[in-house]
Amino acid sequence: MEQKLTGRPASPGLYAGPAAVLAAAEESTRSRGHPSDEQAALRAAVAASLNELSTLAAGANGEARRIMGIQEALLEDEALIETALVAISHGEAADTAWRDSMAHEIAGYEAAQDEYFRARAADLIDVRDRVLRHLTGASSSFNEAPGTVLIAPDLPPSMFLSHDWSRGGAVVLAQGSTRSHVAMLARARGVPMVVGVDPSCRAQDILVVDGDSGQVIAHPKPETLAGVGKRQAAAALAKSEAQARVVEPALTKDGTYIAVMINVATPDDLVDLSPKSCDGIGLVRTEFLLADGALRDEHRQFDLYSRLVAWAEGRPVTIRTLDAGGDKPIPGYTVEGEKNPFLGLRGIRLSLRHTDVFRIQLRALARAAFLGPVKIMLPMVTKARELVEARELLAEVGSELGREGKDAARPALGIMVEVPLAAIAVDQFDAAFFSIGSNDLVQYVTASSRDGRESGEFGDVTDLGVLRLIAAVAAHGAETGREVSLCGDAAADPHAIPALLAAGIRTLSVAPGLVAATKDAIRSVDLRGTAQALSSPSWWDRLRSGLSSNAAKALFSTTTK
Amino acid sequence: MDHEMARAVLVNEVGLHARPSVKLTQTAKRFAAKLEVALADSGPWVDAKSPVKIMRVKAPKGATLHFRGAGPDALLALSELVSLVERKFDEE
Repeated sequence: MEQKLTGRPASPGLYAGPAAVLAAAEESTRSRGHPSDEQAALRAAVAASLNELSTLAAGANGEARRIMGIQEALLEDEALIETALVAISHGEAADTAWRDSMAHEIAGYEAAQDEYFRARAADLIDVRDRVLRHLTGASSSFNEAPGTVLIAPDLPPSMFLSHDWSRGGAVVLAQGSTRSHVAMLARARGVPMVVGVDPSCRAQDILVVDGDSGQVIAHPKPETLAGVGKRQAAAALAKSEAQARVVEPALTKDGTYIAVMINVATPDDLVDLSPKSCDGIGLVRTEFLLADGALRDEHRQFDLYSRLVAWAEGRPVTIRTLDAGGDKPIPGYTVEGEKNPFLGLRGIRLSLRHTDVFRIQLRALARAAFLGPVKIMLPMVTKARELVEARELLAEVGSELGREGKDAARPALGIMVEVPLAAIAVDQFDAAFFSIGSNDLVQYVTASSRDGRESGEFGDVTDLGVLRLIAAVAAHGAETGREVSLCGDAAADPHAIPALLAAGIRTLSVAPGLVAATKDAIRSVDLRGTAQALSSPSWWDRLRSGLSSNAAKALFSTTTK
Repeated sequence: MDHEMARAVLVNEVGLHARPSVKLTQTAKRFAAKLEVALADSGPWVDAKSPVKIMRVKAPKGATLHFRGAGPDALLALSELVSLVERKFDEE
């Protein structure tokens, strides 16, 4: 029988297809038992892994057999689980203790000077995952057919990225958040996603996922499916029409030019996109690019950045330096065990503590800047001295590269405005440009976690308090002739765009898949009357009902001073 | 306890990485003596029978491995270990 469930829409679009039900994410598959049970479970998983390896080794030859021999030797060594056993005796679950202790071990190899030792990290990762699979009973690998609807409690970004989305698909998460990184990736990829729903269905059951309304329909009637088909066809038509206009500039009704740039997380994001359809790259999230070992590899970083510069054909490429921490931990780099990582060591705070890693990235960026207009953006800047210190480091690596005879240029150095303080006292920061990271700014201003299931609903970019801060930054940019852009999810939200433009934002940076729709949303905005709104807030009232006249007046008074 | 001491320079290309570490521990395990390895004669000393701990030392080519052993067959064990290192772990 048809069953309708309503969750929260996390990524727009409509999709119908067979379900694939994933086991809970690694973190939550084991319920924690008594320490002695947990220690026994870890030992049993190690024994089972050893068994598996000896069977595999028996059937293998040459190099494969030698590699398995090494893994066997490591697993037979009690020293490998010592740290985990101690953590378990302090109350950790076996899988958490094992994963954390191996993260340390692996980070030690990844940080090694010698490439032979760096390569050993892969063996340890393999050992780690083999034992984890036995501990959590997870299937041996994540390998769902393309075109399926993935159903899970939550989904780590790495899993989303490893899945083949080329033949469509959708995501339904029981937990999860509309503002998580996996939701962000789904929007970038155009994969419909709904969170807060747990459809009781089996693998291969047909599911309809409506990422616009948040509705999930299990066991749909034939009429329902026919209706879905029609809506998909209409949406495809509207999309192709918007696509046809995508290379046209985005002008508001009154003719104001709005620059639309793109946010890039992986080089794959650029595959289907022509650089002519945007005004450049407004944000490159390097923590995804560098997660797999390029953190200390200048050559690989330079190669990645050069490819982005070549793609942009002379348009600006804004690259954000490593923004690890918060919900983006990097083992061996970020601080472990922070109670509140979003308020802990993140972004530039960590970079200035790991100047060895930071210098490598700055060197690669300065070299890439020789090839085209690279701009460097610092995340989570709170203190003016952080910008000063980063600028000094950039100058140092610049002269270092000069002495080495390497081609390099000095990129423009700007900051993200995410910490409320940076918006309130924006004039403290002598940055070349400002980019408002609205996801984090909203989270910090409204005290609502972007990954929170319930509190998420309090975070709204069109709330007066948030818009005032945005307007203040935009006004400062206009006064001092520095570019101000906005690169959070709100930049592509048709409901938020009118308010953002009214607040003075003239550059939006959005997921590549949303450029066409964003440009269309801009074209329907009329900024005429913004001037009158300064004295008569009725225009603003129409724009955002529920806002009091005095509040609107107050908002615009900050933009005019 | 009295220790027997010995040392050898890592001459093989890859240093003390996975396979050499495993071979070293396999050799060490043939003896009853307590055997330890360090990069300096002042330590820190690690168990020569633990591949995990030996790999953690991350000794590159050119490093000097210091061995120490205590037990009835310690002297023989040390000469076997030094010989293994000098033979480049029979790998090259």
